[in-house]
Amino acid sequence: MTPDFIYIFAGAGLVGLAMYRLATRRDMLLRVLALNFLAIGVAMILQASAFGETLTDAVPQAFVLTGIVVLVGVTAALLALAEQIDGHDDE
Amino acid sequence: MMSELSLIVLLPLLAAVGAAAMPRSAGLWGLGATVVTAALAVSLALGLMNGGGRMVAISGMAAPLGIRFVADGLSVLMVLMTSSVSIAVALQASSWGVWPNRVVPERAASLRAGFWPLWLATMAAMNALFLSGDLFNIYVAFEILGLTAVGLTALSGTPAALRASFDYLSAGLVGSLLLLLGVAMAYSAIGRVDIAAVPVLSDLVSGRIALGLIVAGLAVKAALFPLHFWMPAAHSSATPVASALLSALVVKAAIYVILRLSIESGDAMGSLRLALALMGTCAMFWGAYGAIRATRLKLLVAHSTVAQVGLIVMAIAVSGETAQHAGFWQAAALLMVSHALAKAAMFIAVGRIAEELGHDRISGLNRDELRPAAAEFAFGIAAVSLIGLPPTAGFIGKWMLIDGLIERDAWIWVALVLTGTAMTAAYLSRVVSRFLRGGPHISARAEQPAWRIGDLAALGLATVALLLGLASAMPLALLEVTVL
Repeated sequence: MTPDFIYIFAGAGLVGLAMYRLATRRDMLLRVLALNFLAIGVAMILQASAFGETLTDAVPQAFVLTGIVVLVGVTAALLALAEQIDGHDDE
Repeated sequence: MMSELSLIVLLPLLAAVGAAAMPRSAGLWGLGATVVTAALAVSLALGLMNGGGRMVAISGMAAPLGIRFVADGLSVLMVLMTSSVSIAVALQASSWGVWPNRVVPERAASLRAGFWPLWLATMAAMNALFLSGDLFNIYVAFEILGLTAVGLTALSGTPAALRASFDYLSAGLVGSLLLLLGVAMAYSAIGRVDIAAVPVLSDLVSGRIALGLIVAGLAVKAALFPLHFWMPAAHSSATPVASALLSALVVKAAIYVILRLSIESGDAMGSLRLALALMGTCAMFWGAYGAIRATRLKLLVAHSTVAQVGLIVMAIAVSGETAQHAGFWQAAALLMVSHALAKAAMFIAVGRIAEELGHDRISGLNRDELRPAAAEFAFGIAAVSLIGLPPTAGFIGKWMLIDGLIERDAWIWVALVLTGTAMTAAYLSRVVSRFLRGGPHISARAEQPAWRIGDLAALGLATVALLLGLASAMPLALLEVTVL
């Protein structure tokens, strides 16, 4: 069991769990969390695919970095939307 | 070096910043950028017809790692499609006020300040996506597109729109992550992500998995059955201009990438093609079923988008060996353009009808005392184009598709396309028949509201969709242009 396999399987497991939660839960906060878990799972798989014998390939890491930037933005937008929806529900 | 290729992306993006910084003159920024971008698109198309396809490496970095814009016939046709729809939508949106020193109602001012920056950024993202020469840039363009399109959905601010935006954004993020995973797997399989490498990908097992993931991500974004769950709510709860843009253009971005991958990979995506064809067929019937059952006009038009997306994806998927059957993907491209024009016309018309009647319940459309005739007429022409009756572009597209299928003895698909067409006619005549009902005896009381700019926009788009069928030699000639 080499480290990259551990990463790939853990990442795939996270993706699976997050997909399951997204499909089964309606609660908005849980779904935002599930999306974050999904992104982290994908990032772990990508990181593991970059492992080399001696050097680590920088391009997948750049992909992951872009993914993180997007994730932060989307999470913020989702939370803002959730707050607005809650505000409407209270009225 | 600045060229039309980079300007056509940069200009709307800069104008979006300008419109966001100066919300009072957002309308000016928006109209100006729309017109100039459309002019750039036309000049790009003319240059292409005369001088062949073009390629630009941004900041001088070449493939495989540099950013490259490629303009061939297909991508420029898509850019032209975006420009034509955006001119009509800009006309309609200018009813929220253009001049900064004119006093407008508070609601219109806030819509104006929100709409223009979001839409200009969407336009930039769509143009970037159509011109991108590699998969990672396509991913980046999708991220901009996803965020701004959600903003457009949420613009109306109603609880239904906000809830639909939440679902849209979360579905979009899942699609993006699948896309990213696919792109990264493609990179680890062959070490490059430019689109020219797709044939290499489809020869490898890991490459085929990567392509599968990319297509799955795109299917979420294109609202392809069974991943369309987020779409009818999002498209029917947005404001009319936003619905027109989302339904006519934004879903086309994902379909364009599916088409591009299908052309590049040739015959190689066997099982993936079958899956896409089945999903497309199911979407065609499920969307039509939803539209036949819909009680509200906007929901009917939104469900019709699910069905039309299904038809287009099916046309792409059955194309098979593209070298021999260029007609298939050209038919798909033509169907995309004709759907964009007709659906935008339809949503703007529906917006006008709902504005005049105060509701969009289908059962209440044939009221005698009020007849928004211009918008109803535009809806009717758009319906003719969506069903695919001659002489519209939709007819030419369907004709080429069915012609190719018959040539290949694929009678099952012919039957499916024709059944889908009959269902389209069925749900659209639910609406059109109500517009036509009532004879001369009611016209004495019937009040016709005055023409608004929205009627003009809807009629203009519908007429272009109608005439494009007569002039379909032009888009087809453009589609022949490739980059050597």
